Amino acid sequence: MTTILSIRDLRKSYADGFEALKGVSLDIEQGEILALLGPNGAGKTTLISTVCGITTPTSGTVTVGGHDIQTEFRAARRMIGLVPQEIALEPFEKVWNTVRFSRGLFGYGSDNARIEEILRKLSLWDKRKNAIKELSGGMKRRVLIAKALAHEPRVLFLDEPTAGVDVELRKDMWEIVAELKQAGVTIILTTHYIEEAEAIADRVGVIDKGELRLVQDKNTLMAQMGKKQIEVMLADPIQAIPDSLVVHNLTLNGNGDSLVYTYDTHADRTGITTLLNDVAQAGLVLRDVQTRQSSLEEIFVNLVSGEPA
Amino acid sequence: MNWSAIAAIYRFEMARFFRTLAQSFLSPVLSTSLYFVVFGTAIGSRIQEVEGVSYGAFIVPGLIMLSVVMLAISNASFGIYFPKFLGTIYELLSAPVNFIEIVIGYVGAAATKSLFVGLVILVTATFFVDIRIEHPFAMAAFLILSCLSFSLLGFIVGIWASNFEQISLVPQLVVTPLIFLGGTFYSISMLPPVWQTITLFNPVVYLISGFRWSFYGLADVPIGFSLLAILVFTGTCLAVIGWIFKTGWRIRS
Repeated sequence: MTTILSIRDLRKSYADGFEALKGVSLDIEQGEILALLGPNGAGKTTLISTVCGITTPTSGTVTVGGHDIQTEFRAARRMIGLVPQEIALEPFEKVWNTVRFSRGLFGYGSDNARIEEILRKLSLWDKRKNAIKELSGGMKRRVLIAKALAHEPRVLFLDEPTAGVDVELRKDMWEIVAELKQAGVTIILTTHYIEEAEAIADRVGVIDKGELRLVQDKNTLMAQMGKKQIEVMLADPIQAIPDSLVVHNLTLNGNGDSLVYTYDTHADRTGITTLLNDVAQAGLVLRDVQTRQSSLEEIFVNLVSGEPA
Repeated sequence: MNWSAIAAIYRFEMARFFRTLAQSFLSPVLSTSLYFVVFGTAIGSRIQEVEGVSYGAFIVPGLIMLSVVMLAISNASFGIYFPKFLGTIYELLSAPVNFIEIVIGYVGAAATKSLFVGLVILVTATFFVDIRIEHPFAMAAFLILSCLSFSLLGFIVGIWASNFEQISLVPQLVVTPLIFLGGTFYSISMLPPVWQTITLFNPVVYLISGFRWSFYGLADVPIGFSLLAILVFTGTCLAVIGWIFKTGWRIRS
């Protein structure tokens, strides 16, 4: 794997003394999708803004494709596309013109075939002659993506791409992201929706109070930090947990027809075999067995609140 | 140099001009025509000639400057304030463009628009009064430099402004009085001696005097001073813009 974006000890302090980034270091591999999770004000947008050149870092270095964002800003910025969190578009401009404008801004001539390809990919072709103000919110978001893709960036930042969009459009966005990944584009997205990170990210970074708490492969993260639960469904409901099973720290579900056992997936012994033996010994008849793994959301809440998962 | 970015910004700004052609073009023509009807024909007919030039013709250079200066400031300030207001400035800041390219794009477009309107007013004026241009090259140079320098000032105003009221503040409270008191409608030789001296602190006097000289060879101040004044003004605006981009004042946090 090749590192396409390298962030080293990036700090950003404002005049009022607020430290938005407290020494963030992060390497992003070419072609991966990294989801940055974090509560409001954690520093997600500041991190993106600094890499993209909207905010000036206080200290630290960032290179994109080996180009320093300050000393070689032209080469670095040409590789980056940014889809901002807020819908920011000139309302009276036509869709085609605004995409052409973005392409021009990044130093490329007006390539009609390329613009057409982008607009078609984002289902905007039919709207190309419409003024932005005539479009729905979802369409405007697509225009933002089209503008960000107009100069064929190698790294795409999506700042809360699905904030406030309906379920259907969110699914569309995920498809677009998957297609871009297919085309080899590296994607860094910030999100509040943990299900989004879970659905599309390769790696997950958790940022809180200006610090990167963790960056890990999504599956490894879930396997390492996740608790797993096994739910034993009983053929006949019981009133109380039999004495012989108390040692397993079970909980009896509402109407007494299932027992829930929580275990650590990376412990040497999970205790499942003993549990199932003991359940059979106690004379209980199993109807079904289900396992459930903690979601990224639970992991995230635990990390941010500073408690071990 | 990212020429394609300059072209993109320029084209984008000019598109705004053509979208609002009525506002950008018809209103200055109409208001200037009204000036000619009122000051040139109605009142002007009762005013004697100013140093051999009919009053209607005398005010033409001042009227052109009045419109050009106001339009240059408003076009350039709106041009850069709008992206700030809409949030679209993120794209400009994250694009591979430097401040010189941004300024050339926005200021170039604002200057073009005001130059265009200045020429339209000049043509309109010929329908009302007899105009002669003794120094056409100097006239063109003064007109272009004025368009450019006041577009630079407008750009600064647009960066500085944090709301729409502030954008109109500078043209209305600072520039309009300076233009009206800068000899647009009179020669400063018509003023009492004390006011003649005070007027010399108004930079617009040099601008209008130089511009009027290019038409009729009449000047309140030596032409060299006029040229120097506009060059100093342009240089100052450029220096301020250079500082704005270096520090990121009001644009880059």
